[in-house]
Amino acid sequence: MMDTYALLSAAMTGIGLGSMYGLTALGFYITFAVSGCVNFAQGATLMLGAVLLFTLQVKLGWSLWFAIPAALLLCGLWSALVERIAVRPFVQRQSDAWLMATVALGLILENVVLFSFGKDPRGMPASILTSGGIEFVGLRITPLQLLIPVVGFSIAFALRIGMQRSALGRAVSAVAQHREAARLMGIDVGLATTGAFALAGVFAAIAGMLIAPLYTVSAGMGTLFGIKAFAAAILGGIGNPRGVMLAGLILGVAEAMITATLGSSWTQIVSFAFVIATLAWRPHGLFGRGALKKV
Amino acid sequence: MKTRLSLLALFLFTSLSLSAQEIKIGLVAALTGQSAQSGEAITRGLTIAIEELNAKGGIGGRKLVLIRRDDESSPPKGVAAARELISNEKVSVLFGGIDTPVSLAIVPIANQSKVPFMGVWAAGTNITRNGANPNYVFRVSAQDDLVDIALLRYASNKMGAKKPGLVLINNPWGESNERGLKAAAAAANITLAGIEKIEANDVDVTPQLTRLRNAGADALILVANAAPGAQMMKARERMGWKVPVVSHWGISGGRFDELAGPTAGEAHFVQTYSFFAKQNEAGKRVFAALAKNYGVKSPADVLAPVGTANAYDAMHLVARAIDKAKSTDGEAVRKAMYEIDLHEGLIKTYKRPFGPTDHEGLAPEDYIMVRFEAGKIVPVP
Repeated sequence: MMDTYALLSAAMTGIGLGSMYGLTALGFYITFAVSGCVNFAQGATLMLGAVLLFTLQVKLGWSLWFAIPAALLLCGLWSALVERIAVRPFVQRQSDAWLMATVALGLILENVVLFSFGKDPRGMPASILTSGGIEFVGLRITPLQLLIPVVGFSIAFALRIGMQRSALGRAVSAVAQHREAARLMGIDVGLATTGAFALAGVFAAIAGMLIAPLYTVSAGMGTLFGIKAFAAAILGGIGNPRGVMLAGLILGVAEAMITATLGSSWTQIVSFAFVIATLAWRPHGLFGRGALKKV
Repeated sequence: MKTRLSLLALFLFTSLSLSAQEIKIGLVAALTGQSAQSGEAITRGLTIAIEELNAKGGIGGRKLVLIRRDDESSPPKGVAAARELISNEKVSVLFGGIDTPVSLAIVPIANQSKVPFMGVWAAGTNITRNGANPNYVFRVSAQDDLVDIALLRYASNKMGAKKPGLVLINNPWGESNERGLKAAAAAANITLAGIEKIEANDVDVTPQLTRLRNAGADALILVANAAPGAQMMKARERMGWKVPVVSHWGISGGRFDELAGPTAGEAHFVQTYSFFAKQNEAGKRVFAALAKNYGVKSPADVLAPVGTANAYDAMHLVARAIDKAKSTDGEAVRKAMYEIDLHEGLIKTYKRPFGPTDHEGLAPEDYIMVRFEAGKIVPVP
């Protein structure tokens, strides 16, 4: 039987992982809203964020204050590039091949990293974030475990505000609502789409950097993470940012609870079965609304 | 034109006759993929031993050559490579790599083709205890069942553990050790707090460790490779749990100290050799060769030291057997393995290392316990 301590500890693990699933899934939301497409290289972008941070900070000795923005910028540019070469050409010809093209670009990136970064998993140096800790009713919590959900939810909140208040946000919202109408209103639809992809890449990179100290930095680190984030996006209802974030959290906590009660051999089986069962029950996700198919 | 042709003929003739005289040593190991370091370490050990032997004129005037094939850690690829080396390249002896499943798949082929198969890393018990008679499979490495006994003994004698918990990687290697550790615990009358599985891509294994802590585990026995092993150490650190950790050697195959961070040194693990201890003559020779050929500057630079050490000793033992047999015939070499009486090796001085019922070159007394200290693997006193 699980006691309170085990429950709290699993919840803490789940909230950390879940908020990162949610943050990465927000990237799926934003590109889907603007272009009806998602970037399946999102998991690889997450990995790129962590690999770039490791390379700049540890291998080249940059200060974090330069390494983080540089890595974010590069991941944003990479995702913009994905949109230009793996999404736009297909969408313009009404093809759904962007699905495969983005998967392929993700795999190419993984293999390029495998060659250039190396096959050895690497570890971020220890810092106060992982070594420090506070006791809370017998449960030890490291600063990183607090930082991860705080950053995740702050970004989700900032996205919500930004979409309503900023010019780019409004442009993106307009394109999301009606592409042609937005174009007629003088909004550069292409630029808004590229911007959305770049922003999605930045979100994934932030998630990658935050989990890097928890995890190991390697070419394959983003694959499963990307799949889980996509599951969160679908589970939450991909058109609803709050739902997506919440679904990420639910998925993360469910995983940790399953591991704590049944053992990790069951985690993947039960959590993905839960996703499928939920979608069978609510095909548009827990918090999504069915879109009208316009004929 | 005529002289050119005759030169060509001469060249062809000499190269043909040279290759006919060479003794071919085959290696099927992981040369790419996650365990690529192990294949490289084994290659280095074999190469250094072969260079030493060739510098002394080879065996009976015949030079040795190493022919390597990549199994990519996959049993079907390993089987194909072993068949190719045996039937096309006609290797005299076959060496194996880190993966127990691959070695287990090669065992029947070696026995059927009567080609001695020398294991230098994979520790699966059934590799040498394969039930074949005659048995062509030998090993200079650790054996899981014996390691499991040693790990449990270390946990209870040195760490004072009364109720150790097991943390095992969720794959066939973890399963093999689950059986071995359960048997060892039953034999020593030790109750296990619990058995937890971890996945290679688990980001946070706190839930598994919490279960063991709640079950009253007073030591952890770890069977996993470097990356998942490090994940366990990091979760343990986050929980602020100061429980002793005793580990199989999987964690030595990568950058465990970097991945696990400040608590890496708290895991004590098993090895067959350490380049940090005081070196014997063979140790000085091998280290000098590693420095010359591979740019190794300090013992800390020796990647996956057990692979190099085991392969180096195994190659010299095989060479002795071939020398004694005065032949590369598999049957003759197998029998000559039992005739090796004394060999001053790197890991130890071998005295009658092999017998008809004992195909293990190393025994639990040869295992040493080590830990990471400032990026180096140092013996635990």
